[in-house]
Amino acid sequence: MRNNSWFKEKILLGMDFKEYVSKHATLPFFIAFLILAFSFYSMAYRLLYGLGPATNLSDTYPWGLWISFDILAGIALAAPGLTVGTAVYLFGLKDYKKFARPAILSSLLGYVFAVFALMFDLGRYYRVPYVIGWSWGLNSILFLIAPSKIHPLWYSALLPLFFLISAVFAGISMVIIESTISHKIFKEYIKEFDEKDFDRKTIGLAKALVVSLFVYLILKILDLTHYDNWHYLNTDYGYWYLFEIVGFVMTPALILINAIKTNNAKVVRVIAFVVAFGVIVNRFNVSLIAYNWYIPLSDKYYPTWMEVALSLGVVTLIILFYRFIVRRMPILS
Amino acid sequence: MKRREFLKRILTIAGISLIGGKGNVYGESPSDLSQRAVKSTGNIANRKNWLKYEALKDKQKPKEPYAVLVDLTKCIGCRRCEWACNEWNKNPNKPIKEFEESKDKKPSVFDKIRRTSAGAFTVVNRFYENGRPVYVKKQCMHCTEPACQAACFVDAFKKTPHGAVLYNPSLCVGCRYCMIACPFDIPAYEYYDPITPQITKCTMCFDRITESQIPACVEICSADALRFGPRNEMLKLAYETINKNPERYIPHVYGEHEAGGTNWLYISGVSFEKLGFPKLDKNPIPSYSKNFLFTVKVLEIIAAAPLVWGAYYMISKNRKKKESQDVQSNEKQ
Ligand code: SF4
Ligand code: SF4
Repeated sequence: MRNNSWFKEKILLGMDFKEYVSKHATLPFFIAFLILAFSFYSMAYRLLYGLGPATNLSDTYPWGLWISFDILAGIALAAPGLTVGTAVYLFGLKDYKKFARPAILSSLLGYVFAVFALMFDLGRYYRVPYVIGWSWGLNSILFLIAPSKIHPLWYSALLPLFFLISAVFAGISMVIIESTISHKIFKEYIKEFDEKDFDRKTIGLAKALVVSLFVYLILKILDLTHYDNWHYLNTDYGYWYLFEIVGFVMTPALILINAIKTNNAKVVRVIAFVVAFGVIVNRFNVSLIAYNWYIPLSDKYYPTWMEVALSLGVVTLIILFYRFIVRRMPILS
Repeated sequence: MKRREFLKRILTIAGISLIGGKGNVYGESPSDLSQRAVKSTGNIANRKNWLKYEALKDKQKPKEPYAVLVDLTKCIGCRRCEWACNEWNKNPNKPIKEFEESKDKKPSVFDKIRRTSAGAFTVVNRFYENGRPVYVKKQCMHCTEPACQAACFVDAFKKTPHGAVLYNPSLCVGCRYCMIACPFDIPAYEYYDPITPQITKCTMCFDRITESQIPACVEICSADALRFGPRNEMLKLAYETINKNPERYIPHVYGEHEAGGTNWLYISGVSFEKLGFPKLDKNPIPSYSKNFLFTVKVLEIIAAAPLVWGAYYMISKNRKKKESQDVQSNEKQ
């Protein structure tokens, strides 16, 4: 019976099965399972009937929501491990060690599930061993190869650099978001929680966030000038471009400066959400909205409900796995 | 019946996953294919040409790569080239009369600008200039430095010494990156095949030109709009034609330099931009990524190192901690 008790201790956290299930019969779990049900249906449907019936992809739009959200946005948002790992272990910022373990865990889950999601987009997923390592290269060189098809405001030879820098601020804001949430939800798992110290570190992260946002902003302006694209700003695409840059880079950066001055960690946490969302918007812009920009609006791609469900399902799975592991391993302590 | 079909599909997919994709799909004759529950164009032309290329390899190298010269001022829009292409490559086809008639029919296929698709390697479109129709045949341009080839992670494309660019379905993972990359929007995809979807595109009738024949579309064109021969001769012919009739032509051979040059060349009386040709500079598309690819790879390696190192550090530190704890508890006992 040794095994059995191991199972009970480690997997069921010391409860018996009935207890475990009844403890989890809550509304958030109900919603999670509902999403997963639709998501698994979509996965099965895609595998059985093909991309044609499951998605709105076409010869004009070979890539849709799954690449934009699951892969491009996903990999950028899974960068916390990278950024915090670098900060703590390369630059010796020992102060942030506590952030490193959860960050690395979420990066790991992020990458694993990005590859999992990619499987459904690959026409011949069973050949996935042929392209091990694909998603890494994909994230950065992706659109260098399609210069004539992306709106000039988003196309640039600096695109890989933009992707990298935005992955850095996506990573930092994800660390802030994650720590905010886990300090709310997993409080019991954190020994010696010191709220003041936590706020101080959050402000510290905000400083790094501001720096990376400004580096990005400056490069964007140089890019705009280099390609002499200013005249595009006074078009519909230009307004949308400005919305992206002003709304999700410039404004957050300015608010963050203020929050650092007034030591307001709460504002930092809110802005972290805005910045992370902005990165998603950016990936959609580059890969979907600016792609084939000369095509009339009516011929543009929009996802089917199955594409949406599958993506939501993947996000749900990441959250569930994260929660599952955090409650069983010394990630936060 | 429905459930049986469902089960059958699951079994087929499981089977194919197990044996690594060596299904018998291509062994079946096209008529069997169309009867399968799985929808596919059943195209075997691309695979056939690739096999032919592999069999020939270096045995047969022409002195000069070939090219087709299209004279848009001569094309009458009979679409017989479409018919001949379907016929030769065993794509779904209709009687030749229906193609010829479409010109004056209302509504007509010409009402909408079409692109190549899984079952159609070439399409003819109609544009109007000063009220007069201009017909434009569209197919793979067989670029000198193909973007499709550069984009593909598994080397499923090959530029042959004959000039043709060929595609190998037995390597393809179905990522559709080639479709994103191609500046001419040529590669098409079998979206309705859930198991063995392929990319399809014009092969420049590699199987014919290696047998001293000319491409099927060139052979059938009775308006003398298509000419086939060594590329340098076709280029010469293009300039001779333009110079003889300078009032009939614009002084531009499309494909001479576009995207680094192509093996299909066009001359026209109307500016190419008005006829749906993308405006491209002399740089081959792959050159856009080459410079940056290296930088990005280096950056990624640099960024990945701390991540891996961090994880390793964590594990070893944990182990040490555990060991010392073990020692401590041992000492206590
Ligand atoms: S036209 Fe497109 S598909 Fe054809 S060789 Fe060039 S890049 Fe490849
Ligand atoms: S779809 Fe196939 S041929 Fe095209 S890039 Fe992907 S693997 Fe290569």
